[in-house]
Amino acid sequence: MIELYLLLILMILGAIIALESRNLLSAIISLGIVGFGLTLIFLVLQAPDLAIVQIVVETLSLIILIAAILKTTREDTTEEWGAKKIFLYLGGLAFLVIFLISVKGALKFLPPFGEPLMRMAGPYLKLGLEKTGAANLVAAVILDFRGYDTLGEAAVLFTAAMGVIAVLRKIGRKN
Amino acid sequence: MKGMTLIVKTIARLISGLIFLYGIYIVLHGHLTPGGGFAGGIIIAGAFVLLILSEGSKKASSEIKKQRASVGESSGIFIFWLLAMLGLFTGSLFFLNLLPKGKAYHLFSAGIIPLCNIGIGLEVGAALFAIFITLAVLKTGEKK
Repeated sequence: MIELYLLLILMILGAIIALESRNLLSAIISLGIVGFGLTLIFLVLQAPDLAIVQIVVETLSLIILIAAILKTTREDTTEEWGAKKIFLYLGGLAFLVIFLISVKGALKFLPPFGEPLMRMAGPYLKLGLEKTGAANLVAAVILDFRGYDTLGEAAVLFTAAMGVIAVLRKIGRKN
Repeated sequence: MKGMTLIVKTIARLISGLIFLYGIYIVLHGHLTPGGGFAGGIIIAGAFVLLILSEGSKKASSEIKKQRASVGESSGIFIFWLLAMLGLFTGSLFFLNLLPKGKAYHLFSAGIIPLCNIGIGLEVGAALFAIFITLAVLKTGEKK
């Protein structure tokens, strides 16, 4: 339990540095702290499937982001001033207040940490091997019980790659 | 995109094949061990990204690679969708597991789940590689 809190504090610090840093390269590396911290949390919570995906995705997205930085600029040039800055801070504060109020209401109905509701997951755990024949329960759930979700996820990735190829194409662009 | 030094090139050539094989292993054993199509596909893409980063790539060949990656990505998601639709046509149920389940803990078991994993692995690997090669082509294009 204590290691989870330490990792969470580290991740929050990394996220704050990534937001506030003016050097984009150090911002991306601080963003990596969040991703790799999440990997460690998945390992601590005994989810190796997610940890494998998370560590590889994090490494690859860091490489892609650093490639984008090397191609463009290293300086964060956004300027916030005057009314825009006040509006941004007030909006953030209002969101935080509303979020905390709704969380206070919602927390009463959540099960305690480490004792999840097993209304759906219980039958999956019991009948997963028998119904699908897959020894890896995660594969049984994402490809059999929850196939729709996985198809949607694959479609999201497909659309993202299509978007990148379409935006960064050479042929048929005006300038 | 320019390549790196001889040391990096040699090491990358030696290692990328092993990474590729490991990715295929993760995809094929997705229904038995941790991993599956998503993780394995990304590892396969990582093998290609390592090769491109170390060896460098000419602009013309990058365009061809981009088109091939695009084809691989589209066919991967098509395989996955087709497997789902096959269940709908034959058994009137989307994502019906229509192949025999086989013995548990064996490589050929669990019906269509390994085939779905192969489709997802192809889609994920090719999509990530397509994104990477598109950015790489953009970089060489700007320098000229």
